Amino acid sequence: MSKNLVELLADLNEDEALNLIESKIEDGTNPRDILEDTKEAMQIIGSRFEEGEYFLPELILSGEMINDIMEIIKPHLVDDGEEDEKLGTIVLGTVKGDIHDIGKDIVAFMLDINGFEVHDIGVDAPIQKFIDKIEEVDPDIVALSGFLTTVFDTMKDTIEAIKDAGLRDDVKIMIGGGPIDEQITEYTGADDFGDDAMEAVALAKKWMGE
Amino acid sequence: MIIIGELINTSRDGVEPAVKERDKEFIQNLAKKQEEAGADFIDVNCGTLIQEEPEALEWLVETVQEVVGVPLCIDSPNPEALKQGLEAYHHDTPAIINSITAESERYEEVLPLLQEYDTSVVALAMDDSGMPKTAEDRINVATRLIEDLMSDGIAEENIYVDPLVQPIGTDVKMGVEILDAIDVITDKYEEIHITCGLSNISHGLPMRKLLNQTYLVLAMSRGMDSAILDPLDEKIMSLATTGHTLLGNDKYCANYIKAAKSNKLTT
Repeated sequence: MSKNLVELLADLNEDEALNLIESKIEDGTNPRDILEDTKEAMQIIGSRFEEGEYFLPELILSGEMINDIMEIIKPHLVDDGEEDEKLGTIVLGTVKGDIHDIGKDIVAFMLDINGFEVHDIGVDAPIQKFIDKIEEVDPDIVALSGFLTTVFDTMKDTIEAIKDAGLRDDVKIMIGGGPIDEQITEYTGADDFGDDAMEAVALAKKWMGE
Repeated sequence: MIIIGELINTSRDGVEPAVKERDKEFIQNLAKKQEEAGADFIDVNCGTLIQEEPEALEWLVETVQEVVGVPLCIDSPNPEALKQGLEAYHHDTPAIINSITAESERYEEVLPLLQEYDTSVVALAMDDSGMPKTAEDRINVATRLIEDLMSDGIAEENIYVDPLVQPIGTDVKMGVEILDAIDVITDKYEEIHITCGLSNISHGLPMRKLLNQTYLVLAMSRGMDSAILDPLDEKIMSLATTGHTLLGNDKYCANYIKAAKSNKLTT
C-alpha cells in the first residue's frame, strides 16, 4: 500500500508527495483537504524537530515543501469564505542592530504550524517598523528576537516605544534568541522570555488561554 | 596554531554567576586549565552583564592575569568595557581586542583603543550592510578593513581576520564560501592571521563536534592559523597540533613528537 500524503510529507519525501498532490488535484480533490494534510504533516515535522529526530536543514526543507505545495494548489483554491481559526496574532522580528535570522525563522515556523498568524518583519528591524506593524495588524503578542548581547538595550527601547505609542497594554511581549534570563527580561520590560522555539510556542499558547 | 581559549564567557553555563559573585577561584581555575591545555590566549567575555559589563571585564582581566602566563583576548563589543579591561591589563605581550568590524560606528570607537594600548585585534568581516554571505563579500569587507587598519597604524601581523563562520545547516555552501575567502585573504596578506569561532558551522545539526573538528582541519589547510575554541576538548586540540605538523610547519615533527610523548594527543 502506498503511503498517504501526510506520511509522505512528514517523512520529507518531497518528490513523491508533490506528485501525489498533483494527481489528487487532477482527480478533483478539494485543495482544502490537501492543505489540512499539509498542516498535519507540518505538526508532525515540528514535533520530530522538538524531539531531536529532525534537524535544522530538514526544517528548512519542510518550509520549502510548503512553498512548493502552495504553488501547486493556489490556482485551484477558490475563496469559499472559509477562514482558518487562528489561536492568535503575533508580530515577530529581530530588533535593530542584529541581523540573526535562523532562530527567529524557527520560532516563526513553529508558531505558524501551531496555529498562530505570524507577521514576520525580518531582521535589523527599526523600532518604527514594530510600531507600524502593531498598529496595522493589532496583534495579541509581540516577539522580539536578538542573539547579540548588545541588543538588550534596543529591546528595552523598542518596548519603551511601544508603551509610548499607547500600545503596550494591548499586547503581551516575549523576548528570546540569545543568552536571556529573568533579569534581562525585567531590564527590557518584556513580559517573559523563551530559550527556544518550543518555549515560545508554549508561552504564546499560555497567553492565549490554551 | 594560535589557540584562543573560549571558556570564560558569561553566556556559558556557570560562568555568569561566578562573575557576578566575583568567584575568583572558579574563574582562575578555568583560566589555568585552559593554559595547561595549550591555549595561547585566554578570552574573557562578560557581555551578558549589560550595565555591569565594564567593571566585570576589568575584574576578569585582573583575576585571570594573576594566575596565567599567557596573554588575554579581551572580548566585548562595548568600547567602554574594552577600555576598562585594557586599563587593568599588564602582560608584556599585547592583548588581542575581540573585536572590531568595518561598521563605521564600531570602527571609529574601537580603533583609538588599538592605537592607545598597542594591541592586536580580531577583525570581523562585516560592515554596515550586515553579515557576509559569499566568499566575495568576505574578501571585499576584509580587504577594506585590513587596508583601513594598516593605514591607521595597525601592523598586518597584529590583525586576526575572522571570516564569520555561519551554519551549513541553513546554507550548505557556507563552509566552502568561507574556505575560499580564507584562501584569497591569506594569499593577499602573508602576515595576516585568520581566526574564527568554529562551532557556528555545526549549528542545528547532530554530532556537532565532528563537524567542528573536520572544519578546523579544512580551514587550516587553506591558511587559518588561529581558532577560538574549547582547549579542554582533547580531540580538537590534537587535530590542531597534528594539522600544524602535516601542513609542514613543524620542523622534524618535533612539536608533534613532543606532544605525543607527553600524552597530549588523543586519537
